[in-house]
Amino acid sequence: MVGSGKIRKRTLNLYLPLTAYVIFLLFPFYWMIIVSLKPTPDLFELKYNPFWIQHFTLENYLYLFQNTDFSEWVKNTIIVTVSATSISLVCSVLIGYALARLKFPGSNFLGVGIFLAYLVPPTLLFLPMAQVIAKLGLYNTYWALILTYPTQLIPFASWLLMGYFRTIPKEIEESAMADGCTRLATLVRIILPLSVPGLLSAGIFCFTLCWNEFLYALIFMSSGPMKTIPVGTVSDLIKADTLFWGALMSSAVLGSFPIAILYSFFVKHYVSGLTAGAVKG
Amino acid sequence: MSVELSPTAESLPSRRGILAKAKNLLERQASLGIILMIPGAILLMVFMAYPFFLGIWLSLSDSMIGRMGRFVGLRNFIDLIGDSIFLQTTRNTFTYALITVPFKAVLGLGLALALNNRMRFSNPIRAAVMMPWIVPTALSTLGWFMIFDPVFSPISWLLKDLGLIKQNINFLGDPGLAISMLCLVNIWRGIPFFGITILAGLQAVPQELHEAAAIDGANAWHRFRHVTIPAIKGIALIASLLSIIWTFADFQLIYILTKGGPANTTHIFGTYAFQIGLAATEIGVGAAIALYMFPILAVFAMLLLMYLRRED
Repeated sequence: MVGSGKIRKRTLNLYLPLTAYVIFLLFPFYWMIIVSLKPTPDLFELKYNPFWIQHFTLENYLYLFQNTDFSEWVKNTIIVTVSATSISLVCSVLIGYALARLKFPGSNFLGVGIFLAYLVPPTLLFLPMAQVIAKLGLYNTYWALILTYPTQLIPFASWLLMGYFRTIPKEIEESAMADGCTRLATLVRIILPLSVPGLLSAGIFCFTLCWNEFLYALIFMSSGPMKTIPVGTVSDLIKADTLFWGALMSSAVLGSFPIAILYSFFVKHYVSGLTAGAVKG
Repeated sequence: MSVELSPTAESLPSRRGILAKAKNLLERQASLGIILMIPGAILLMVFMAYPFFLGIWLSLSDSMIGRMGRFVGLRNFIDLIGDSIFLQTTRNTFTYALITVPFKAVLGLGLALALNNRMRFSNPIRAAVMMPWIVPTALSTLGWFMIFDPVFSPISWLLKDLGLIKQNINFLGDPGLAISMLCLVNIWRGIPFFGITILAGLQAVPQELHEAAAIDGANAWHRFRHVTIPAIKGIALIASLLSIIWTFADFQLIYILTKGGPANTTHIFGTYAFQIGLAATEIGVGAAIALYMFPILAVFAMLLLMYLRRED
Protein backbone atom coordinates (compact mmCIF):
# COMPACT_ATOMS: atom_id res chain seq x y z
CA MET A 1 0.00 0.00 0.00
CA VAL A 2 2.72 2.43 1.00
CA GLY A 3 4.67 1.61 -2.15
CA SER A 4 1.78 2.23 -4.55
CA GLY A 5 0.97 5.49 -2.77
CA LYS A 6 4.52 6.61 -3.33
CA ILE A 7 4.32 5.74 -7.01
CA ARG A 8 1.04 7.58 -7.35
CA LYS A 9 2.53 10.63 -5.65
CA ARG A 10 5.57 10.56 -7.93
CA THR A 11 3.34 10.21 -10.99
CA LEU A 12 1.24 13.16 -9.89
CA ASN A 13 4.15 15.40 -8.87
CA LEU A 14 6.72 14.46 -11.44
CA TYR A 15 5.72 12.36 -14.44
CA LEU A 16 2.46 14.17 -15.19
CA PRO A 17 3.90 17.70 -15.24
CA LEU A 18 7.03 16.51 -17.02
CA THR A 19 4.93 14.86 -19.73
CA ALA A 20 2.95 18.05 -20.17
CA TYR A 21 6.20 20.00 -20.57
CA VAL A 22 7.62 17.54 -23.07
CA ILE A 23 4.43 17.59 -25.17
CA PHE A 24 4.20 21.39 -25.20
CA LEU A 25 7.92 21.95 -25.87
CA LEU A 26 8.31 19.26 -28.52
CA PHE A 27 4.96 19.37 -30.35
CA PRO A 28 6.08 21.89 -33.01
CA PHE A 29 9.02 19.63 -33.88
CA TYR A 30 6.78 16.57 -34.02
CA TRP A 31 4.45 18.50 -36.32
CA MET A 32 7.30 19.62 -38.60
CA ILE A 33 8.61 16.09 -38.88
CA ILE A 34 5.30 14.39 -39.70
CA VAL A 35 4.31 17.06 -42.25
CA SER A 36 7.71 16.65 -43.93
CA LEU A 37 7.06 12.91 -44.31
CA LYS A 38 3.57 13.19 -45.85
CA PRO A 39 2.66 13.50 -49.53
CA THR A 40 1.11 16.90 -50.24
CA PRO A 41 -2.41 15.66 -51.20
CA ASP A 42 -2.74 14.10 -47.75
CA LEU A 43 -2.53 17.57 -46.17
CA PHE A 44 -5.72 18.57 -47.94
CA GLU A 45 -7.61 15.41 -47.04
CA LEU A 46 -9.82 16.49 -44.15
CA LYS A 47 -10.89 12.98 -43.20
CA TYR A 48 -7.30 12.03 -42.34
CA ASN A 49 -6.12 12.61 -38.80
CA PRO A 50 -3.47 15.34 -39.27
CA PHE A 51 -1.54 14.18 -36.20
CA TRP A 52 -0.49 10.96 -37.88
CA ILE A 53 1.13 9.85 -41.15
CA GLN A 54 -1.17 7.92 -43.51
CA HIS A 55 1.24 7.49 -46.41
CA PHE A 56 4.93 7.74 -45.66
CA THR A 57 7.08 9.48 -48.29
CA LEU A 58 10.51 11.07 -48.71
CA GLU A 59 9.46 13.07 -51.78
CA ASN A 60 9.64 16.40 -49.90
CA TYR A 61 13.28 15.79 -49.03
CA LEU A 62 14.06 14.76 -52.61
CA TYR A 63 12.32 17.89 -53.87
CA LEU A 64 14.50 19.97 -51.55
CA PHE A 65 17.72 18.62 -53.02
CA GLN A 66 16.58 18.44 -56.65
CA ASN A 67 14.47 21.56 -57.11
CA THR A 68 15.87 24.10 -54.66
CA ASP A 69 19.27 25.51 -53.70
CA PHE A 70 19.20 23.65 -50.40
CA SER A 71 22.61 22.00 -50.86
CA GLU A 72 24.12 25.45 -51.61
CA TRP A 73 22.56 26.82 -48.42
CA VAL A 74 24.11 23.98 -46.44
CA LYS A 75 27.53 24.69 -47.93
CA ASN A 76 27.21 28.43 -47.24
CA THR A 77 26.07 27.87 -43.68
CA ILE A 78 28.97 25.53 -42.95
CA ILE A 79 31.59 27.88 -44.44
CA VAL A 80 30.28 30.88 -42.53
CA THR A 81 29.77 29.00 -39.27
CA VAL A 82 33.18 27.32 -39.21
CA SER A 83 35.08 30.48 -40.19
CA ALA A 84 33.28 32.82 -37.83
CA THR A 85 33.55 30.32 -34.97
CA SER A 86 37.31 29.89 -35.50
CA ILE A 87 37.97 33.63 -35.65
CA SER A 88 35.85 34.20 -32.56
CA LEU A 89 37.55 31.46 -30.58
CA VAL A 90 41.05 32.75 -31.33
CA CYS A 91 40.13 36.33 -30.43
CA SER A 92 38.28 35.18 -27.32
CA VAL A 93 41.13 33.02 -26.03
CA LEU A 94 43.48 36.00 -26.29
CA ILE A 95 41.04 38.41 -24.66
CA GLY A 96 40.00 35.92 -21.99
CA TYR A 97 43.63 35.21 -21.07
CA ALA A 98 44.54 38.89 -20.99
CA LEU A 99 41.60 39.76 -18.75
CA ALA A 100 42.06 36.74 -16.49
CA ARG A 101 45.80 36.83 -15.96
CA LEU A 102 47.44 40.10 -16.99
CA LYS A 103 47.40 43.43 -15.22
CA PHE A 104 47.44 46.18 -17.79
CA PRO A 105 46.15 49.75 -17.90
CA GLY A 106 42.43 49.86 -18.65
CA SER A 107 41.84 46.15 -18.11
CA ASN A 108 38.90 46.71 -15.72
CA PHE A 109 37.31 49.16 -18.09
CA LEU A 110 37.77 46.81 -21.04
CA GLY A 111 36.25 43.93 -19.05
CA VAL A 112 33.09 45.94 -18.44
CA GLY A 113 33.11 47.09 -22.08
CA ILE A 114 33.23 43.49 -23.30
CA PHE A 115 30.35 42.57 -21.00
CA LEU A 116 28.24 45.46 -22.30
CA ALA A 117 29.05 44.48 -25.89
CA TYR A 118 27.41 41.13 -25.10
CA LEU A 119 24.15 42.99 -24.50
CA VAL A 120 24.18 44.98 -27.77
CA PRO A 121 21.54 43.33 -29.96
CA PRO A 122 21.86 43.07 -33.77
CA THR A 123 18.52 44.86 -34.19
CA LEU A 124 20.16 48.00 -32.81
CA LEU A 125 22.93 47.96 -35.41
CA PHE A 126 21.65 46.33 -38.58
CA LEU A 127 20.75 49.50 -40.51
CA PRO A 128 24.09 51.31 -40.14
CA MET A 129 25.83 47.93 -40.47
CA ALA A 130 24.18 47.49 -43.87
CA GLN A 131 25.90 50.71 -44.97
CA VAL A 132 29.27 49.59 -43.58
CA ILE A 133 28.99 46.28 -45.43
CA ALA A 134 28.06 48.08 -48.65
CA LYS A 135 30.94 50.54 -48.30
CA LEU A 136 33.43 47.72 -47.79
CA GLY A 137 32.04 45.96 -50.87
CA LEU A 138 31.15 42.85 -48.86
CA TYR A 139 27.50 42.52 -49.92
CA ASN A 140 26.54 38.96 -50.73
CA THR A 141 29.98 37.57 -49.85
CA TYR A 142 30.86 35.16 -47.06
CA TRP A 143 32.98 37.88 -45.46
CA ALA A 144 29.89 39.95 -44.71
CA LEU A 145 28.87 37.31 -42.16
CA ILE A 146 32.30 35.93 -41.21
CA LEU A 147 33.42 39.38 -40.06
CA THR A 148 30.19 40.54 -38.41
CA TYR A 149 29.20 37.39 -36.48
CA PRO A 150 32.27 37.53 -34.20
CA THR A 151 31.00 40.81 -32.73
CA GLN A 152 28.09 38.84 -31.31
CA LEU A 153 30.26 35.90 -30.23
CA ILE A 154 33.50 37.35 -28.86
CA PRO A 155 31.95 39.12 -25.84
CA PHE A 156 30.27 36.03 -24.38
CA ALA A 157 33.03 33.61 -25.38
CA SER A 158 35.74 35.86 -23.85
CA TRP A 159 33.72 36.20 -20.68
CA LEU A 160 33.23 32.45 -20.46
CA LEU A 161 36.89 31.65 -21.15
CA MET A 162 38.08 34.31 -18.72
CA GLY A 163 36.05 32.59 -16.00
CA TYR A 164 37.48 29.26 -17.02
CA PHE A 165 41.12 30.44 -17.11
CA ARG A 166 40.72 31.87 -13.60
CA THR A 167 39.93 28.42 -12.23
CA ILE A 168 43.34 27.11 -13.34
CA PRO A 169 45.84 27.44 -10.48
CA LYS A 170 48.41 30.16 -11.14
CA GLU A 171 51.19 27.99 -9.69
CA ILE A 172 51.16 25.68 -12.76
CA GLU A 173 51.87 28.64 -15.01
CA GLU A 174 54.43 30.14 -12.68
CA SER A 175 56.46 26.96 -12.53
CA ALA A 176 56.38 26.69 -16.33
CA MET A 177 57.63 30.25 -16.63
CA ALA A 178 60.30 29.61 -14.03
CA ASP A 179 61.48 26.79 -16.31
CA GLY A 180 61.96 29.35 -19.06
CA CYS A 181 58.63 29.11 -20.90
CA THR A 182 57.46 32.44 -22.34
CA ARG A 183 53.98 33.69 -21.47
CA LEU A 184 52.58 32.87 -24.91
CA ALA A 185 54.11 29.40 -24.83
CA THR A 186 52.55 28.87 -21.40
CA LEU A 187 49.19 29.89 -22.80
CA VAL A 188 49.45 27.45 -25.70
CA ARG A 189 51.11 24.50 -23.95
CA ILE A 190 49.76 24.68 -20.40
CA ILE A 191 46.56 26.72 -20.23
CA LEU A 192 44.78 25.63 -23.43
CA PRO A 193 45.15 21.87 -22.86
CA LEU A 194 43.74 22.36 -19.36
CA SER A 195 40.83 24.41 -20.74
CA VAL A 196 39.36 21.93 -23.21
CA PRO A 197 35.92 21.85 -21.50
CA GLY A 198 35.79 25.64 -21.50
CA LEU A 199 36.86 25.81 -25.14
CA LEU A 200 34.23 23.23 -26.02
CA SER A 201 31.49 25.24 -24.30
CA ALA A 202 32.61 28.44 -26.03
CA GLY A 203 32.90 26.63 -29.37
CA ILE A 204 29.41 25.12 -29.11
CA PHE A 205 28.00 28.50 -28.17
CA CYS A 206 29.63 30.20 -31.18
CA PHE A 207 28.74 27.41 -33.59
CA THR A 208 25.07 27.46 -32.57
CA LEU A 209 24.73 31.21 -32.77
CA CYS A 210 26.31 31.32 -36.25
CA TRP A 211 24.21 28.43 -37.51
CA ASN A 212 21.01 30.03 -36.19
CA GLU A 213 21.63 33.68 -37.02
CA PHE A 214 18.90 35.23 -39.13
CA LEU A 215 18.83 39.04 -39.29
CA TYR A 216 22.34 39.78 -40.61
CA ALA A 217 22.16 36.81 -42.96
CA LEU A 218 18.81 38.03 -44.29
CA ILE A 219 20.19 41.47 -45.08
CA PHE A 220 23.86 40.94 -45.98
CA MET A 221 23.78 37.66 -47.89
CA SER A 222 20.48 36.93 -49.56
CA SER A 223 20.79 36.99 -53.30
CA GLY A 224 20.47 33.93 -55.55
CA PRO A 225 21.98 30.80 -54.01
CA MET A 226 24.12 32.87 -51.57
CA LYS A 227 21.90 32.23 -48.56
CA THR A 228 22.19 30.43 -45.25
CA ILE A 229 19.72 27.64 -44.40
CA PRO A 230 17.34 29.74 -42.25
CA VAL A 231 17.27 32.60 -44.78
CA GLY A 232 16.94 30.32 -47.80
CA THR A 233 14.13 28.38 -46.18
CA VAL A 234 12.18 31.47 -45.21
CA SER A 235 12.69 33.51 -48.36
CA ASP A 236 12.74 30.85 -51.10
CA LEU A 237 10.31 28.22 -49.83
CA ILE A 238 7.48 30.40 -48.54
CA LYS A 239 5.45 31.14 -51.63
CA ALA A 240 1.85 32.20 -51.87
CA ASP A 241 1.41 28.63 -53.08
CA THR A 242 0.44 26.35 -50.20
CA LEU A 243 1.86 23.32 -52.01
CA PHE A 244 5.24 24.07 -50.46
CA TRP A 245 4.45 23.01 -46.87
CA GLY A 246 6.21 19.67 -47.24
CA ALA A 247 9.44 21.15 -48.59
CA LEU A 248 9.28 23.99 -46.07
CA MET A 249 9.02 21.59 -43.15
CA SER A 250 11.69 19.22 -44.44
CA SER A 251 14.10 22.13 -44.82
CA ALA A 252 13.30 23.28 -41.28
CA VAL A 253 13.86 19.74 -39.99
CA LEU A 254 17.20 19.27 -41.79
CA GLY A 255 18.40 22.74 -40.77
CA SER A 256 17.65 22.06 -37.10
CA PHE A 257 19.10 18.56 -37.13
CA PRO A 258 22.86 19.32 -36.70
CA ILE A 259 22.19 21.57 -33.71
CA ALA A 260 19.87 19.03 -32.11
CA ILE A 261 22.54 16.32 -32.48
CA LEU A 262 25.28 18.60 -31.14
CA TYR A 263 23.24 19.28 -28.02
CA SER A 264 22.29 15.69 -27.43
CA PHE A 265 25.99 14.93 -27.14
CA PHE A 266 27.14 18.02 -25.31
CA VAL A 267 24.17 18.99 -23.17
CA LYS A 268 26.31 18.93 -20.02
CA HIS A 269 28.95 21.23 -21.51
CA TYR A 270 26.30 23.58 -22.67
CA VAL A 271 24.68 23.74 -19.26
CA SER A 272 27.98 24.29 -17.47
CA GLY A 273 29.06 26.88 -20.05
CA LEU A 274 25.78 28.72 -19.85
CA THR A 275 25.89 28.87 -16.09
CA ALA A 276 29.56 29.80 -15.98
CA GLY A 277 28.70 32.71 -18.24
CA ALA A 278 25.33 33.66 -16.86
CA VAL A 279 25.95 33.19 -13.19
CA LYS A 280 29.40 34.33 -12.40
CA GLY A 281 29.65 36.71 -15.32
CA MET B 1 84.69 40.87 -48.88
CA SER B 2 85.26 42.63 -45.64
CA VAL B 3 83.39 45.67 -46.97
CA GLU B 4 80.34 43.55 -47.69
CA LEU B 5 80.50 41.81 -44.37
CA SER B 6 80.75 44.83 -42.15
CA PRO B 7 77.20 46.19 -42.54
CA THR B 8 75.81 42.79 -41.64
CA ALA B 9 78.06 42.60 -38.66
CA GLU B 10 77.01 46.07 -37.64
CA SER B 11 73.29 45.43 -38.05
CA LEU B 12 73.44 42.28 -35.98
CA PRO B 13 73.35 43.90 -32.55
CA SER B 14 70.50 46.22 -33.54
CA ARG B 15 68.46 43.34 -34.95
CA ARG B 16 69.10 41.48 -31.78
CA GLY B 17 67.99 44.63 -30.01
CA ILE B 18 64.68 44.66 -31.89
CA LEU B 19 64.12 40.99 -31.16
CA ALA B 20 64.89 41.54 -27.51
CA LYS B 21 62.51 44.49 -27.46
CA ALA B 22 59.75 42.44 -29.10
CA LYS B 23 60.35 39.65 -26.66
CA ASN B 24 60.21 42.09 -23.84
CA LEU B 25 56.90 43.47 -25.13
CA LEU B 26 55.46 39.96 -25.14
CA GLU B 27 56.67 39.27 -21.61
CA ARG B 28 55.62 42.46 -19.85
CA GLN B 29 52.06 42.18 -18.56
CA ALA B 30 51.07 45.71 -19.53
CA SER B 31 52.13 45.45 -23.15
CA LEU B 32 51.17 41.82 -23.72
CA GLY B 33 47.70 42.49 -22.28
CA ILE B 34 47.09 45.24 -24.79
CA ILE B 35 48.53 43.23 -27.70
CA LEU B 36 46.23 40.30 -26.95
CA MET B 37 43.17 42.56 -26.92
CA ILE B 38 43.92 43.96 -30.39
CA PRO B 39 42.41 41.38 -32.81
CA GLY B 40 39.07 41.21 -31.03
CA ALA B 41 39.06 44.92 -30.35
CA ILE B 42 39.54 45.76 -34.05
CA LEU B 43 36.53 43.63 -35.02
CA LEU B 44 34.42 45.15 -32.26
CA MET B 45 35.46 48.68 -33.23
CA VAL B 46 34.78 48.29 -36.96
CA PHE B 47 31.60 46.21 -36.75
CA MET B 48 30.05 47.35 -33.47
CA ALA B 49 31.31 50.71 -32.19
CA TYR B 50 31.52 52.38 -35.62
CA PRO B 51 28.04 51.23 -36.80
CA PHE B 52 26.64 52.40 -33.47
CA PHE B 53 27.88 55.96 -34.03
CA LEU B 54 27.00 55.81 -37.72
CA GLY B 55 23.49 54.83 -36.60
CA ILE B 56 23.26 57.93 -34.42
CA TRP B 57 24.29 60.08 -37.38
CA LEU B 58 21.78 58.35 -39.69
CA SER B 59 18.98 58.86 -37.18
CA LEU B 60 19.72 62.60 -37.21
CA SER B 61 19.62 62.80 -41.01
CA ASP B 62 17.11 62.36 -43.81
CA SER B 63 19.23 59.64 -45.45
CA MET B 64 17.64 57.19 -47.82
CA ILE B 65 19.24 53.92 -48.89
CA GLY B 66 22.02 54.76 -51.33
CA ARG B 67 21.89 58.49 -50.61
CA MET B 68 23.61 60.13 -47.64
CA GLY B 69 21.20 62.74 -46.32
CA ARG B 70 21.42 66.12 -44.65
CA PHE B 71 21.43 66.76 -40.92
CA VAL B 72 17.85 67.30 -39.72
CA GLY B 73 18.36 67.32 -35.98
CA LEU B 74 15.79 65.40 -33.94
CA ARG B 75 13.10 65.58 -36.63
CA ASN B 76 12.93 61.79 -37.14
CA PHE B 77 12.52 61.17 -33.44
CA ILE B 78 9.84 63.86 -33.10
CA ASP B 79 7.94 62.72 -36.21
CA LEU B 80 7.84 59.16 -34.85
CA ILE B 81 6.05 60.29 -31.67
CA GLY B 82 3.19 61.46 -33.90
CA ASP B 83 3.14 58.17 -35.85
CA SER B 84 0.32 55.96 -34.60
CA ILE B 85 2.00 52.80 -35.91
CA PHE B 86 5.14 53.67 -33.95
CA LEU B 87 3.11 54.16 -30.77
CA GLN B 88 1.42 50.82 -31.34
CA THR B 89 4.88 49.32 -31.95
CA THR B 90 6.13 50.71 -28.64
CA ARG B 91 3.16 49.25 -26.76
CA ASN B 92 3.66 45.90 -28.50
CA THR B 93 7.36 45.79 -27.64
CA PHE B 94 6.70 46.36 -23.94
CA THR B 95 3.87 43.82 -23.94
CA TYR B 96 6.03 41.31 -25.76
CA ALA B 97 9.12 41.78 -23.57
CA LEU B 98 7.53 42.24 -20.14
CA ILE B 99 4.28 40.19 -20.09
CA THR B 100 6.09 37.08 -21.28
CA VAL B 101 8.79 37.15 -18.57
CA PRO B 102 6.69 36.02 -15.57
CA PHE B 103 5.30 33.14 -17.67
CA LYS B 104 8.76 32.05 -18.75
CA ALA B 105 10.12 32.36 -15.21
CA VAL B 106 7.30 30.43 -13.49
CA LEU B 107 7.05 27.72 -16.14
CA GLY B 108 10.85 27.53 -16.27
CA LEU B 109 10.96 27.10 -12.49
CA GLY B 110 8.43 24.28 -12.78
CA LEU B 111 10.52 22.62 -15.46
CA ALA B 112 13.68 23.01 -13.37
CA LEU B 113 12.00 21.46 -10.31
CA ALA B 114 10.84 18.52 -12.41
CA LEU B 115 14.27 18.01 -13.98
CA ASN B 116 15.97 18.23 -10.59
CA ASN B 117 14.52 14.85 -9.60
CA ARG B 118 16.63 11.76 -9.93
CA MET B 119 15.09 9.68 -12.70
CA ARG B 120 15.88 7.44 -15.62
CA PHE B 121 16.77 9.04 -18.99
CA SER B 122 17.40 12.39 -17.34
CA ASN B 123 20.08 13.40 -19.87
CA PRO B 124 18.01 12.69 -23.02
CA ILE B 125 15.02 14.42 -21.42
CA ARG B 126 17.16 17.46 -20.62
CA ALA B 127 18.48 17.59 -24.19
CA ALA B 128 14.94 17.20 -25.58
CA VAL B 129 13.35 20.01 -23.57
CA MET B 130 16.25 22.32 -24.54
CA MET B 131 15.27 22.11 -28.23
CA PRO B 132 13.00 25.18 -28.43
CA TRP B 133 15.84 27.31 -27.09
CA ILE B 134 18.72 25.95 -29.14
CA VAL B 135 17.47 25.09 -32.64
CA PRO B 136 17.34 27.95 -35.17
CA THR B 137 14.37 30.10 -34.14
CA ALA B 138 13.67 30.98 -37.76
CA LEU B 139 13.10 27.27 -38.50
CA SER B 140 11.15 26.25 -35.39
CA THR B 141 8.96 29.31 -35.89
CA LEU B 142 8.02 27.86 -39.30
CA GLY B 143 6.51 24.93 -37.43
CA TRP B 144 4.36 27.37 -35.47
CA PHE B 145 3.61 29.23 -38.69
CA MET B 146 1.86 26.10 -39.98
CA ILE B 147 0.27 25.35 -36.59
CA PHE B 148 -1.35 28.81 -36.81
CA ASP B 149 -2.27 28.52 -40.49
CA PRO B 150 -5.91 29.43 -41.23
CA VAL B 151 -6.37 26.27 -43.34
CA PHE B 152 -3.93 23.66 -42.03
CA SER B 153 -3.87 24.40 -38.30
CA PRO B 154 -3.97 21.17 -36.26
CA ILE B 155 -5.43 23.14 -33.34
CA SER B 156 -8.40 24.20 -35.44
CA TRP B 157 -8.77 20.61 -36.67
CA LEU B 158 -8.79 19.27 -33.12
CA LEU B 159 -11.27 21.85 -31.84
CA LYS B 160 -13.56 21.20 -34.81
CA ASP B 161 -13.25 17.47 -34.26
CA LEU B 162 -14.27 17.95 -30.64
CA GLY B 163 -17.21 20.07 -31.83
CA LEU B 164 -16.01 23.17 -29.96
CA ILE B 165 -15.75 25.42 -33.03
CA LYS B 166 -17.37 25.46 -36.47
CA GLN B 167 -14.91 27.63 -38.40
CA ASN B 168 -11.11 27.45 -38.45
CA ILE B 169 -9.46 30.02 -36.21
CA ASN B 170 -7.45 32.73 -37.99
CA PHE B 171 -4.72 32.88 -35.34
CA LEU B 172 -2.50 35.43 -37.02
CA GLY B 173 -5.20 37.36 -38.92
CA ASP B 174 -6.83 38.98 -35.90
CA PRO B 175 -4.72 41.73 -34.25
CA GLY B 176 -5.46 40.88 -30.61
CA LEU B 177 -5.12 37.15 -31.16
CA ALA B 178 -1.97 37.60 -33.27
CA ILE B 179 -0.03 39.40 -30.52
CA SER B 180 -1.08 36.73 -28.00
CA MET B 181 0.21 34.03 -30.33
CA LEU B 182 3.53 35.87 -30.72
CA CYS B 183 3.82 35.97 -26.94
CA LEU B 184 2.93 32.27 -26.75
CA VAL B 185 5.72 31.30 -29.15
CA ASN B 186 8.15 33.56 -27.31
CA ILE B 187 7.23 31.90 -24.00
CA TRP B 188 7.63 28.49 -25.63
CA ARG B 189 11.14 29.40 -26.76
CA GLY B 190 12.12 30.97 -23.42
CA ILE B 191 10.97 28.26 -20.99
CA PRO B 192 14.03 25.99 -21.55
CA PHE B 193 16.43 28.89 -20.98
CA PHE B 194 14.86 29.68 -17.61
CA GLY B 195 14.49 25.98 -16.85
CA ILE B 196 18.12 25.07 -17.42
CA THR B 197 19.46 28.22 -15.74
CA ILE B 198 17.31 27.75 -12.64
CA LEU B 199 18.19 24.06 -12.62
CA ALA B 200 21.86 25.02 -12.31
CA GLY B 201 20.89 27.18 -9.32
CA LEU B 202 18.94 24.31 -7.75
CA GLN B 203 21.85 21.94 -8.10
CA ALA B 204 24.08 24.35 -6.24
CA VAL B 205 21.86 23.97 -3.12
CA PRO B 206 23.51 21.43 -0.82
CA GLN B 207 21.20 18.48 -0.14
CA GLU B 208 22.13 18.74 3.56
CA LEU B 209 20.35 22.08 3.74
CA HIS B 210 17.06 20.45 2.73
CA GLU B 211 17.66 17.57 5.12
CA ALA B 212 18.51 19.88 7.99
CA ALA B 213 15.38 21.92 7.32
CA ALA B 214 13.29 18.73 7.17
CA ILE B 215 14.70 17.57 10.50
CA ASP B 216 13.81 20.95 11.99
CA GLY B 217 10.23 20.22 10.99
CA ALA B 218 9.92 22.34 7.82
CA ASN B 219 7.33 20.95 5.42
CA ALA B 220 7.81 20.85 1.65
CA TRP B 221 6.32 24.32 1.12
CA HIS B 222 8.48 25.86 3.83
CA ARG B 223 11.58 24.24 2.46
CA PHE B 224 10.70 25.55 -1.00
CA ARG B 225 10.01 29.01 0.37
CA HIS B 226 13.03 29.31 2.67
CA VAL B 227 15.70 27.09 1.13
CA THR B 228 15.00 26.79 -2.60
CA ILE B 229 13.75 30.29 -3.43
CA PRO B 230 16.64 32.16 -1.74
CA ALA B 231 19.10 29.87 -3.54
CA ILE B 232 17.73 30.59 -7.02
CA LYS B 233 16.63 34.21 -6.59
CA GLY B 234 19.87 35.63 -7.98
CA ILE B 235 20.10 33.40 -11.00
CA ALA B 236 16.42 33.85 -11.81
CA LEU B 237 16.87 37.61 -11.71
CA ILE B 238 19.84 37.44 -14.08
CA ALA B 239 17.92 35.18 -16.46
CA SER B 240 14.95 37.57 -16.37
CA LEU B 241 17.05 40.63 -17.17
CA LEU B 242 18.82 38.84 -20.05
CA SER B 243 15.49 37.57 -21.35
CA ILE B 244 13.95 41.06 -21.26
CA ILE B 245 16.90 42.50 -23.18
CA TRP B 246 16.79 39.77 -25.84
CA THR B 247 13.01 39.79 -26.22
CA PHE B 248 12.95 43.57 -26.41
CA ALA B 249 15.36 43.43 -29.33
CA ASP B 250 13.81 40.38 -31.03
CA PHE B 251 13.19 40.24 -34.75
CA GLN B 252 12.94 36.85 -36.42
CA LEU B 253 10.00 35.36 -34.56
CA ILE B 254 7.73 38.25 -35.52
CA TYR B 255 9.21 38.70 -38.98
CA ILE B 256 8.32 35.10 -39.81
CA LEU B 257 4.92 34.80 -38.15
CA THR B 258 3.25 38.10 -39.00
CA LYS B 259 5.80 40.47 -40.61
CA GLY B 260 4.20 43.06 -38.31
CA GLY B 261 0.73 42.49 -39.78
CA PRO B 262 -2.21 42.44 -39.95
CA ALA B 263 -2.23 46.14 -40.87
CA ASN B 264 0.99 46.91 -38.91
CA THR B 265 -0.60 46.00 -35.56
CA THR B 266 2.03 43.50 -34.36
CA HIS B 267 5.34 45.28 -35.07
CA ILE B 268 8.03 45.56 -32.44
CA PHE B 269 10.96 47.98 -32.74
CA GLY B 270 13.15 45.56 -34.71
CA THR B 271 10.58 44.65 -37.36
CA TYR B 272 9.31 48.22 -37.75
CA ALA B 273 12.87 49.54 -38.15
CA PHE B 274 13.39 46.85 -40.82
CA GLN B 275 10.21 47.79 -42.66
CA ILE B 276 10.83 51.56 -42.63
CA GLY B 277 14.62 51.43 -42.96
CA LEU B 278 15.00 48.76 -45.64
CA ALA B 279 11.66 47.96 -47.30
CA ALA B 280 10.64 51.63 -47.45
CA THR B 281 14.34 52.69 -47.84
CA GLU B 282 14.02 55.51 -45.25
CA ILE B 283 17.16 54.41 -43.43
CA GLY B 284 17.37 57.60 -41.33
CA VAL B 285 13.91 57.08 -39.82
CA GLY B 286 14.62 53.35 -39.43
CA ALA B 287 17.80 54.11 -37.48
CA ALA B 288 15.78 56.43 -35.23
CA ILE B 289 13.27 53.63 -34.53
CA ALA B 290 16.09 51.26 -33.61
CA LEU B 291 17.70 53.90 -31.39
CA TYR B 292 14.51 54.33 -29.40
CA MET B 293 15.41 50.90 -28.00
CA PHE B 294 18.72 52.15 -26.69
CA PRO B 295 17.76 53.95 -23.46
CA ILE B 296 15.52 51.05 -22.42
CA LEU B 297 18.19 48.45 -23.18
CA ALA B 298 20.75 50.60 -21.35
CA VAL B 299 18.60 50.66 -18.20
CA PHE B 300 18.28 46.87 -18.13
CA ALA B 301 21.98 46.41 -18.96
CA MET B 302 22.94 48.72 -16.07
CA LEU B 303 20.65 46.86 -13.66
CA LEU B 304 22.31 43.62 -14.70
CA LEU B 305 25.81 45.04 -14.35
CA MET B 306 25.06 46.54 -10.94
CA TYR B 307 23.62 43.27 -9.71
CA LEU B 308 26.61 41.24 -10.94
CA ARG B 309 29.07 43.67 -9.35
CA ARG B 310 27.25 43.55 -6.03
CA GLU B 311 27.40 39.76 -6.16
CA ASP B 312 31.15 39.83 -6.65
